[in-house]
Amino acid sequence: MPVLEHEGTQIWRRRTTGENLIRWFGWLLGVAVFLYCWQIISASTTWFFVWDAPRIADDIWTRATPPKWEYITQLGRPIWDTLNIATLGTLIALFLAVPVAFLAARNTTPSTLFIRPLALLIIVSTRSINSLIWALLLIAIIGPGVFAGVIAIAIRSIGFCAKLLYEAIEEIDHSQVEAITATGASRWQVMAYGIVPQILPAFAGIAVFRWDINIRESTVLGLVGAGGIGLQLSASLNVLAWPQVSLILLVILAAVVISEWVSAKVRGAII
Amino acid sequence: MLRLQELTKTYKTGDQALKTIDLDVPKGQVLALIGPSGAGKSTMIRCINRLVEPTSGAVLLDETDLTRLGSGGLRKARREMGMIFQEYALVERLTVMENVLSGRLGYVGFWRSFLRRYPQPDVDEAFRLLDRVGLLHMADKRADELSGGQRQRVGICRALIQNPKLLLVDEPTASLDPKTSRQIMRLITELCQERGLAAIINIHDVALAQMFVPRVVGLRFGEIVYDGLPTGLSPDKLTEIYGEEDWEATIEKVEDEDDDIEAAE
Repeated sequence: MPVLEHEGTQIWRRRTTGENLIRWFGWLLGVAVFLYCWQIISASTTWFFVWDAPRIADDIWTRATPPKWEYITQLGRPIWDTLNIATLGTLIALFLAVPVAFLAARNTTPSTLFIRPLALLIIVSTRSINSLIWALLLIAIIGPGVFAGVIAIAIRSIGFCAKLLYEAIEEIDHSQVEAITATGASRWQVMAYGIVPQILPAFAGIAVFRWDINIRESTVLGLVGAGGIGLQLSASLNVLAWPQVSLILLVILAAVVISEWVSAKVRGAII
Repeated sequence: MLRLQELTKTYKTGDQALKTIDLDVPKGQVLALIGPSGAGKSTMIRCINRLVEPTSGAVLLDETDLTRLGSGGLRKARREMGMIFQEYALVERLTVMENVLSGRLGYVGFWRSFLRRYPQPDVDEAFRLLDRVGLLHMADKRADELSGGQRQRVGICRALIQNPKLLLVDEPTASLDPKTSRQIMRLITELCQERGLAAIINIHDVALAQMFVPRVVGLRFGEIVYDGLPTGLSPDKLTEIYGEEDWEATIEKVEDEDDDIEAAE
């Protein structure tokens, strides 16, 4: 906050002249980098395809509409599989995430030196690999099908749930834990009375939120053969059956909208 | 009954919170611990039930040295010491009844407490205590629906249902208005008398302490600088505890305020 003296009055400016110059050069540099990248991308683009895109899109649109409504009879089972993959995967993930979260949280871990890094490693490694890639790996190990999908979703979700949960554990009010400890309660009683009630709302919120995400993720798992509606999607795409593709997309949209509505309701009820 | 022998606490940061504290609390005596913020009042109370581990020295409760106990023995010893907190420290999302019964956790096994199947005598005692503090109609309310004074009463019930010999009370009135503060202090001292409990009450309101307790201990920089009757707290003594300040005016003003409140009541 520089203040300049000018003929006896104090003039206030937000920044000094030097800071203004630095900012100006920063913006200049940013614009220059942007233009340079634009040029590189432009040079390596086949512009014919781009100009052609609206026509192709229009072509696919006319082929895809109207959706092949009678195909819906064959989609009941796959969408049910998809829902099951998401729900079972989330349940397994939550079951495994709770102990990991307690081991990772600074205030509940038995050892900051050995066990906490291990728990954090589990969280990072399960989170950083996409569920499609987990599915590919698991299909190679346990064969294609719904089971591989469930496990892929479960593994992918452990890190996510555990991370949010351990952050919730670290933010609890310590005085309530102290009060329960002071009554002579055992370690497990302190957990059940001092910690669990405090993190229960967060836990329920995380569970529904992740279930919601998992429904979206499990719709594509079939693309690599891990069961669910994605199998139908990939089969229809392979034979260019556009009216079927459009119907599948509509069904997925409906499933996602419903799951979001449910999760919003549940979260509203908890908070 | 409780004896602190050369108790010291040095935090990892190097701050010496307690410097060789020696204190004797006979059975049934209520004493107030006063002193400026950071004098070590909270640390001292927490060193007694080892929510904070003392660095050296001994805490003797009926000839048992609490500092040498293993985790099982410490749990048993903690049952004998009820604790009341500044911000009540109730488990906010549990009901009043669950909060009161949580005082029995040291006596009840994990599954019984987890399934809320407390022994009938405990439940009877919980109802009796809630009735005694005038909160029987609130038993099924969630703790976060209560007002400050009501929460502190629940906190008192939770401490008393442990059937303790000693109450450790950490700033019980710091978050309460003057009238509720007096009611809570009166309740604590009355209950201690009824049950013959000893109590150590951390308090920063000197006038309030003088009103309710027969013995005052002044702490400054982790050392006991005053130990005696509340009437012996002269301005000189207060200066020794808190530092230079015009005490005459402060004490008088506080007393005036108290009179006003009494008149209003």
